[in-house]
Amino acid sequence: MNLPGHGILKGLAETARNFVGSYVSKDRLVTVQYPEERLPSKEAARNFPFLVYDGEDWEKGLRCVACQICEKECPPKCITIVKDTLRKPDYVGKLQFQPKLFDIDISVCMSCQICVEVCPFDAIKMDNEFELSGCDRFEQLLLHKRQLAKPNEYYQRIHPIEAAEVDGRLNVEKAKAQAKAGAGKK
Amino acid sequence: MSTREFQVIPRVDVDGTAVDGEQLEISMGPQHPSTHGVFRMDLKLDGERVARLKPVFGYLHRNHEKIGESTTYLGSMPYTDRLDYFCSLTNNWAYALAVEKLAGLQAPERAEYIRVITAELTRLQNHASLAGFLLQDMGASGTPLMYAFREREKILDLFESLTGARMMCNYMRFGGCRCDLPAGWILEARGVVERFPRFLDEFQALLDGNEILMSRTQGVGVLPAALAVNAGITGPMLRASGVNYDLRKVDRYGIYDRFSFKVPIGDHGDVYDRYMVRVLEMRESLKILDQALRDIPDGPILDPKAKLRGFRPKPGEAYGRIESPKGELGFYLISDGSPNPYRYRVRPPSFINLTLLEDLCLGHQVADVVVILGSVDIVLGEVDR
Repeated sequence: MNLPGHGILKGLAETARNFVGSYVSKDRLVTVQYPEERLPSKEAARNFPFLVYDGEDWEKGLRCVACQICEKECPPKCITIVKDTLRKPDYVGKLQFQPKLFDIDISVCMSCQICVEVCPFDAIKMDNEFELSGCDRFEQLLLHKRQLAKPNEYYQRIHPIEAAEVDGRLNVEKAKAQAKAGAGKK
Repeated sequence: MSTREFQVIPRVDVDGTAVDGEQLEISMGPQHPSTHGVFRMDLKLDGERVARLKPVFGYLHRNHEKIGESTTYLGSMPYTDRLDYFCSLTNNWAYALAVEKLAGLQAPERAEYIRVITAELTRLQNHASLAGFLLQDMGASGTPLMYAFREREKILDLFESLTGARMMCNYMRFGGCRCDLPAGWILEARGVVERFPRFLDEFQALLDGNEILMSRTQGVGVLPAALAVNAGITGPMLRASGVNYDLRKVDRYGIYDRFSFKVPIGDHGDVYDRYMVRVLEMRESLKILDQALRDIPDGPILDPKAKLRGFRPKPGEAYGRIESPKGELGFYLISDGSPNPYRYRVRPPSFINLTLLEDLCLGHQVADVVVILGSVDIVLGEVDR
């Protein structure tokens, strides 16, 4: 038989142990002083999509060929694409369309990553930039092609493992295409 | 001075009956902090006792089922995250299970293990935060909830490194999972699972036997087993009433037949039992996690027949259900062979568990209503859909 109040005292002892423990144990204090302190970003972390480009020129190097699959598959329909009439050679030298307009309304986007999964050209990837607050919804949260385009090096930096795998696959395809083109010329 | 010098103006209630001047009608919610979201209760009080209670919901209605019928099968997957936003991975699993039945897909063994591991981690963090919220509702302001959220944080970190998001995971795919476990994830998960019992011990030392907790919860909101079965109550709430019904044992969906674990059963069906069943369930989940993290095989994580684009299951219908942390979560789908489902219906556990709220609360005090509602474990994203 316990004395009355025994349960409460036992609980208070537990609280005291946690309070003292939070000064010494990392397990008991998981918070950090953001924004001075920051936790490292995880490899898989995702926020909003961006467009990858290769080389120096962002417009020429854009991998997107305006096939509009992501626009069709996007569940909240936050992507708008208008096809350009001009064609440009892609990474294997084949002539492809390019987007005249590529807008993502990130105030609608729900960061589901489906556009990334369905893209057959590895042109759209997930960014992990999250400090995006702005005062104007249309000026700052409706991203156009220029704001969305980011170099492949940036992608390699934020998702190193995933980017290495994508680059490897694209290089193999490129080598195959070149071998084919070389064989065709002979 | 006599107490009845003024005349009571006769009022007429919504249903036409005259309101007794002695009774007080209050509208609790939708912004009340104890209602776990935007939920309202129309209470009629006789003194401090509840004479009538009408749950009013729909403030968070988002057309989930209609959206499901107008987007592709894959497009509904991220929306299921937003049903019960505490347990996005179990929602994903239930939906994936329904579509797999429809399309005849089979997840590979490794994917099944990953599903069990993520679902049990989800159960841990759901029950831990539920226990915290319940005590918060009871007036234990902050402390238990902070401890529960501290542990939940560690599990959410695991989810983030696996799926890329802490809450809106969108991880399961029809016939498997989206991506494989990152290197070192199993070790990390083992670390979390090994340290979790220490938290549970502390949590129980903090609360079990606490006189205030006992007097606030024991004998409050009793749900008889027969009523629970008739009303279609599922999950920990049903088991707290003493009915041994757990879909992990009954259906043995996925690979749950491979793990040895017990199903905790309550005896009295009161708030205390509902709290205790959840605490004990966490211990059983840890057992499953131990076994699953030990046995997980290597191999593919996606059925080779699975298609991401142009997915059109043949005409038919399917119902996929799992034991989500809150009860039986089911998805009913009818396919007409097009890329969108013809009918998309969710059987949300917390919505159906909420239907008995009046029966639980009648005769109790207003302060107990808050505790009883907390013990039902609702998430309004799922109730209103």
